[in-house]
Amino acid sequence: MFPEDLRYTKEHEWARREDGRIRVGITRFAADRLSDVVFIELPRPGSTVTQMQTFGVIESVKAVSDLYAPVSGTVVEVNTQLAERPELVNQDPYGAGWMLLLDPSDPTEWERLLSAEEYRRLVGEEA
Amino acid sequence: MARAWVPHRYLPLTEADRAQMLATIGVASVEDLFADIPASVRLLRDLRLPPAPSDAELLAELRALAGQNADADRYVCFLGAGAYDHFIPSVVWHLAGRAEFVTAYTPYQAELMQGELQATYEYQSLLCALTGMEVANASMYDGASATAEAAVMARDLTRRGGILLSTAVHPEYRQVLRTYTAPLGLTVTDLPHEGGVTTPQAVRDALDGETAAVVVQHPNFFGRLEEVQALAEAAHAAGALLVVAVADPVAYGLLQPPGALGADIVAGEGQPLGNHLNFGGPYLGMLATREAFVRRMPGRLVGATVDARGRRGFVLTLQTREQHIRRERATSNICTNEALNALAAAVYMAALGPHGLRQVAEACVRKAHYARERLCALPGFGLAFPGPTFHEFVLTCPLPPERLNEGLQARGILGGLPLGPFYPDLDHGWLLCVTEMRTRAEIDRLVEAVAEIAEEAGR
Repeated sequence: MFPEDLRYTKEHEWARREDGRIRVGITRFAADRLSDVVFIELPRPGSTVTQMQTFGVIESVKAVSDLYAPVSGTVVEVNTQLAERPELVNQDPYGAGWMLLLDPSDPTEWERLLSAEEYRRLVGEEA
Repeated sequence: MARAWVPHRYLPLTEADRAQMLATIGVASVEDLFADIPASVRLLRDLRLPPAPSDAELLAELRALAGQNADADRYVCFLGAGAYDHFIPSVVWHLAGRAEFVTAYTPYQAELMQGELQATYEYQSLLCALTGMEVANASMYDGASATAEAAVMARDLTRRGGILLSTAVHPEYRQVLRTYTAPLGLTVTDLPHEGGVTTPQAVRDALDGETAAVVVQHPNFFGRLEEVQALAEAAHAAGALLVVAVADPVAYGLLQPPGALGADIVAGEGQPLGNHLNFGGPYLGMLATREAFVRRMPGRLVGATVDARGRRGFVLTLQTREQHIRRERATSNICTNEALNALAAAVYMAALGPHGLRQVAEACVRKAHYARERLCALPGFGLAFPGPTFHEFVLTCPLPPERLNEGLQARGILGGLPLGPFYPDLDHGWLLCVTEMRTRAEIDRLVEAVAEIAEEAGR
């Protein structure tokens, strides 16, 4: 449900380190709660995001929610597949449903994210 | 001090009804209901009003008041500038005025109102066909606010904050756009017209990396046709969008639709499509765009779908753009539409069809050009901006146009719009409009009257 190698935010995003970059998506818990995702608005490559500020919007048949950046940095790549296939977020939130690849600007921010254990505790009662 | 109960013909309660209601809630008189309000702040006498007239007297008085209006039914109208005196086929308001539509207003219990939703869906579809765009919303307040909404939409789409606004756009649209966008932090820069049109070179010179949209009007405020395709190319080359405003969409019965020329958003005024002049409102804000931009579109949107049994039906769709779902992050604060006006526009477009609309537009052009030629032949009169025009044109006059209008009004004619108040360098500029409603005899009457007034003034 919550891979151990990832870090998490209390807004239900995950972050994964990949060769000095950070890949970002939303957790299985968030994807299940949203139910069928129908639209995702992502920033443009080259734009900058700030830790715990919104970087986009996710819309499901049930709700519209903001997406929060786990760390600050520059957007290197966004998952363009999501424009045509937003359901990938429901099907594979930690894989094909990823959203951003960031070039982080402050390496210390990673340490402030939640561990899998801490995130599990956060959502524990609901999960 | 209890006042006597006077029966009123529009208040159906009887004395017995009132007594029963008072008994039910346990008070002795209506006056007891006001016991908590100190006597010192109560008005304990009748209002000082003239005695109420009878229904017949009231109607006579109102008719006399209305009779003082110089309306387009009794005066020959050569005034346009954003409100257009077109012929409205009887079928338009015969259908739009049906009680089922009039009382339906805007769809709050949306899916219960399939007829209303279908009518709106058809309006949207017809508007797409007319503008050459892929998606149109259910309508907004008027042409000016729709143009302002288009500017905000362009900001959201491009994530840039600059708007280049041609001075050949209706001056009131420009004012509304500035009022609307200033609190949102948009920077609006005037793009000066050259000889009555917006030039692609001026657009290229003024564009920068912060320009979200170039806003032009086509046909523009002076009646001139803009080079929409070249303007779109110039805007797109710098990553900006082209917003085409339109004050009279009847023109698109004849002209190529802006969507086919590269416009990204078409915004404008739908009054000329089957709506009366209405003393300036209610009017009909139109907004159409490309499908790729639909999630940034303001306003309501009706979509077609099928129900659980596979029958065709209509729904309000993509509502997550809207204020009641997305709150402060909504695409717009507009959460209603001009349903009845949109319906009239839909019936008008359907009744005329592409062929009929083209005939109307052609008649406008022919009559306007006849008037233009005859007026320009008068001594001292000329075209301010030579070049192709639709049904409006600007004359330069040898005397202030306000004086011409006074003389014309005395002769039962509504003259054009003096441009001085809007364009200080055009203080002898006079914007005239000739729709298909004007007869040759009326145009001749205008020309003779203008000649007479100018001659009197010259003496």
